[in-house]
Amino acid sequence: MIPAKFEYRRAGSVDEAIGWLREDPDDAKLLAGGHSLLPLMKLRLATPGVLVDVGRIDGLSYVRDAGDHVAIGALTRHRDLETSEVARAHAPLLARVAAQIGDPQVRHRGTIGGSLAHGDPASDLPAAALAYGATFVAQGPNGTRQIPADEFFLGFLETALQPDEMLTEIRVPKSGGASAFQKFNRRAQDWAIVGVAAVLDGTPRVALVNMGPTPVRARAVEEALASGASAVDAAAHAADGLEPPSDVHASSEYRRHLATVLVRRALEEASAARG
Amino acid sequence: MKVTVTVNGRAETHDVETRTLLVYFLREACGLTGTNVGCDTTSCGACTVLLNGESVKSCTVLAAQADGQEVTTIEGLAKPDGTFHPVQQAFHEHHALQCGYCTPGMVMAITSLLKEHPNPTEAEVREGLEGNLCRCTGYHNIVKAALAAAGSTELVS
Repeated sequence: MIPAKFEYRRAGSVDEAIGWLREDPDDAKLLAGGHSLLPLMKLRLATPGVLVDVGRIDGLSYVRDAGDHVAIGALTRHRDLETSEVARAHAPLLARVAAQIGDPQVRHRGTIGGSLAHGDPASDLPAAALAYGATFVAQGPNGTRQIPADEFFLGFLETALQPDEMLTEIRVPKSGGASAFQKFNRRAQDWAIVGVAAVLDGTPRVALVNMGPTPVRARAVEEALASGASAVDAAAHAADGLEPPSDVHASSEYRRHLATVLVRRALEEASAARG
Repeated sequence: MKVTVTVNGRAETHDVETRTLLVYFLREACGLTGTNVGCDTTSCGACTVLLNGESVKSCTVLAAQADGQEVTTIEGLAKPDGTFHPVQQAFHEHHALQCGYCTPGMVMAITSLLKEHPNPTEAEVREGLEGNLCRCTGYHNIVKAALAAAGSTELVS
């Protein structure tokens, strides 16, 4: 399978990339590692006329201790997040989730910024970012702005990023180890049929993979936990208010049940980690 | 567009379409057909090569993305005198192949894996090869070969 024809431009800076996005706001797409976009282009589900390769822009691949949060450059590859000592110490859920994405080859190429900007509800990192209450930094023609994770995922593959904005940094509040990630799939590299990211440090936050058109918080579970419910009782609310998709892998009903099982496991695992 | 990739230590410059995938750059422009195309959907790992020393699936990388970078394919592992790379030697000794189609990708994936985990457990080898499918289901000897090659001093060339 070969992508449709496109013009290829390699950006040397974020400003240059944004300039090119502004020239073709309807037809230009950013390319980082390419592991979300290129498969879609090969299937001709995406046919951008201009591909702006941001993969070589210097200075956007880092995981830094920034005081009260961990700052992650958008071009940080999954493998680098997985092995980052800073991430393991202060955002351990993110490091663990990164280690479970796809397979080693995919983790050598895919970037956190690309995965989040793609906004796929079946991806693992968006749910982890939601559970951590991360903040996304986007750069546009008029400077940078910060977008809370809760306001970032708007619809299926749709985010709050404007056509001339680029995600440059992800800020994750420092967290201890009381977190867990659970996902279920039939084959090693498949997308999660359902996944759960739970963070119990501070106010409990639980986010779900593949339970709707966007990565989504399990708010009924969070409310139950806040009012003192046990993991088992809270998990029973995992699918409240959600309408997960039916597809070749599972029916909506199956997903609703699976969510309650995986949320319970995630809460128990996170509680045990808290000690 | 003109793309230059250092393939197995040799500069390869070719004029290709922007949409050319790295695997076709290697197979058709460079004539290096050791790298196979299997599923063509980032799943099977038959097209695995090393990009700047790390395993990647070359069906999901544009040749343009590899411009100016270093690629190692299965043809670049053995020494010029034909002496096998330790992973190739281990595959030979442990009969780690049946039909052979997945073999180049398996060897490249294991070469990358052993750089990151010089002495992996069997579980780490199996996890590390989750991106490579053997439709003969010959995993047992492939894992044996990976473990046999582990710890070799010649791995990092």
